[in-house]
Amino acid sequence: MAVETTQFKRCDVVKMAGRIDSATASDLKKAMDAILDEGRYKVIFDMSEVEFLSSSGVWVLLETQKKCKRWNRGDLVIASANENIQRTLDLAGLKHFMRMYDDITSAVASF
Amino acid sequence: MPTVLFPGRYSSLDAISEFVREAARAAGLGEQQTYEVDLAANEGASNIIDHAYGGEGDGVIECTCESGPDGLTITLRDWGEPFDPASVDEPDFNVPLEELSLRGAGLRIIRNCMDEVNYSPNSQGGNQLRMRKNS
Repeated sequence: MAVETTQFKRCDVVKMAGRIDSATASDLKKAMDAILDEGRYKVIFDMSEVEFLSSSGVWVLLETQKKCKRWNRGDLVIASANENIQRTLDLAGLKHFMRMYDDITSAVASF
Repeated sequence: MPTVLFPGRYSSLDAISEFVREAARAAGLGEQQTYEVDLAANEGASNIIDHAYGGEGDGVIECTCESGPDGLTITLRDWGEPFDPASVDEPDFNVPLEELSLRGAGLRIIRNCMDEVNYSPNSQGGNQLRMRKNS
């Protein structure tokens, strides 16, 4: 599945559409790893077009978050996640590991 | 009581989703309930591929949906390694991020999405996961 990444001065924005589960989570991981490999650790995941998130996708987000937050060098934040996506994190009991913003503008302003 | 066999591959997950979503609609479940049923089936099928079959392409997943006026029952069966849910500790996610392990997250999601969850051995070997969502 196509994952779009855009590099800004202050942070990187990753955008993916559709369903994130065991079939597609590896595409997200590749995109996140490519950013981290460049030494960039302030990342926004734009979830406005993500319809579904399983624990495989949550795992990619939390593994990325671990690398971003190491030595306080950055953060992975989520923007524009719909209610179902937020619910997945809630049902898993993992919502408290991610900062969430209603839109990209407020996510960018958080850095 | 429709039953469909799906190859034990991640590429089957979309078809499993369509199958259970249609059954959820037939059972009159709402949008949020349908999402939860879809999520539980996705986690259950992924667990079968990852754990019962030890990876993709080694078996099939049988999915049965029973829609009724009171809700929906989904049964997933496999013919892989036996799974004992009691062997998975209740995960503790109130730990520092760097110590976090997600083992057990899928099972927790299944239990939180569905009203009844029952694992039992499949009479022909393997496992049977029966999950019910009340409407």
